[in-house]
Amino acid sequence: MLLIECPHCGPRNSSEFSYSGPIKPRPSIEGLAPEDRAEWRRYLYEEDNHAGFATERWFHVSGCRKFLNIERHSVTNEITSVLTVGEVS
Amino acid sequence: MRQGEPTLAKQAGRTGRKFSALSLIRKGMRGGDWPRVWRHHDLAPTYDVVIVGGGLHGLATAHYLAQNHGITNVAVIEKSYIGSGGSGRNTAIIRSNYLTPEGVAFYNRSVHLFERLSQDLNFNVMFEQRGHMTLAHSDASLRTMRWRAEVNKLQGIDSEVITPEEIQKLVPLMDVSGQARYPILGALWHPPGGIARHDAVVWTYARSADAQGVHLHMNTEVTGIDVKGDKVVGVRTSRGDVSAPIVINCTAGWSSIISDMVGVKMPIHTRPLQAAVTEPVKSFLDPVIVSGSLHVYVSQTARGELVFGAATDPFASYSTRGSLEFIESLAGHVLQLMPSLAKLRLLRQWAGLCDMTPDFSPIIGPTPVDGFYVDVGWGTYGFKAGPVAGEQTAEAVATGRIPKLIEAFQLDRFEKGTLTGEKGAAAVGH
Repeated sequence: MLLIECPHCGPRNSSEFSYSGPIKPRPSIEGLAPEDRAEWRRYLYEEDNHAGFATERWFHVSGCRKFLNIERHSVTNEITSVLTVGEVS
Repeated sequence: MRQGEPTLAKQAGRTGRKFSALSLIRKGMRGGDWPRVWRHHDLAPTYDVVIVGGGLHGLATAHYLAQNHGITNVAVIEKSYIGSGGSGRNTAIIRSNYLTPEGVAFYNRSVHLFERLSQDLNFNVMFEQRGHMTLAHSDASLRTMRWRAEVNKLQGIDSEVITPEEIQKLVPLMDVSGQARYPILGALWHPPGGIARHDAVVWTYARSADAQGVHLHMNTEVTGIDVKGDKVVGVRTSRGDVSAPIVINCTAGWSSIISDMVGVKMPIHTRPLQAAVTEPVKSFLDPVIVSGSLHVYVSQTARGELVFGAATDPFASYSTRGSLEFIESLAGHVLQLMPSLAKLRLLRQWAGLCDMTPDFSPIIGPTPVDGFYVDVGWGTYGFKAGPVAGEQTAEAVATGRIPKLIEAFQLDRFEKGTLTGEKGAAAVGH
């Protein structure tokens, strides 16, 4: 069980949120031939999956329905920062 | 095995380590210690092959390298104790009724290896083929079951769709009334499926690898892998450095981290999968029951405990802590299927790490780094594949060619866009 400190709703159980994984920069494929899209394939499939802190995208689906950027440790599950997407902290 | 060579059982017999009813009685009468099942060795400076990870896959690979290919200058390096990772945390289910032809052929080979394992390696792994039943709760999932049954039958595998009446005969406690929130409309029935004693499977491969000269190094952590140019030259461990031209990553849970040591990125994210076990009760449940829609699987061990498994946790993590949410939803789902279990108490829960790939299929074979092989990406199907993965990895390493059974499971499939799409995996809801 994981407690997430939502900036809008306060401390909530992680089961209220949906998880979509670590944030990766999305490469541009404009004007690329299909055989030159290795970078795009890496974006689609490769995962960093390291043991340590990562910034992830979560969605407070049963709460304020805001998208959040959460920095979480993948071994201890410790959360160090929760920010609303698009808002300056 | 080559003809004319002594069988493994004979080799073991010469060293006084063959198990039989007679040896058990003799030992019981005389008392005294049993010989150690595997030995301790000092870390040698050089090995032909270093296997990272002393679980079922690493040990099976070591065994088949020695038995099928005569490669015995092998080290298995394990951070903790033998079988302490996924091999000791799974729910021990074995089956081959998958959905893709590649998956079916691969897992079916594993079922055949399991069928002979106790005899071949002189160690009882308690493989019981009690049948495997996947329930369908909707028309859509019933359609998928029919599809799976046809794919299975094409390859000669015993697999068919059965009706609620037939389910009731096989599992009298099952609620097939149609009154449940998720009514049972039918099931995919797979008689060769079953369960085995997962620790015994690990120990039998460890014992047999050791008897053939493989070095098992427990409590030894791999801290780095040395690469020269684009070729593997050795590994660094907590007990010293070892040089080796071939390194095989047989870890689960930590496979991305080991592959990162040589700069090979994996299409894997790691999630915990929780399981639980009840107090032992009188035997009442013969087959293994699975419900994809309710995300639960149930089997009863020889000791009488019910073993429950579920879907992976909703977010990626290397943490193996259990959660109350899991146990609550699990209990609710089990009671949907068998309401009369309401008074049964849970003894314990635990979690193992699943390396999920985008297509629910493993990654077995060479990587862009010469000499660095992987046998990873074991999501929810690693235990049942242990023997075949070991056999095929050993063949790929020894011959330098990719065997037919694992052609579909190469790392470059993500580059080529030829994913396997195994929707028959336990993690996929129907």
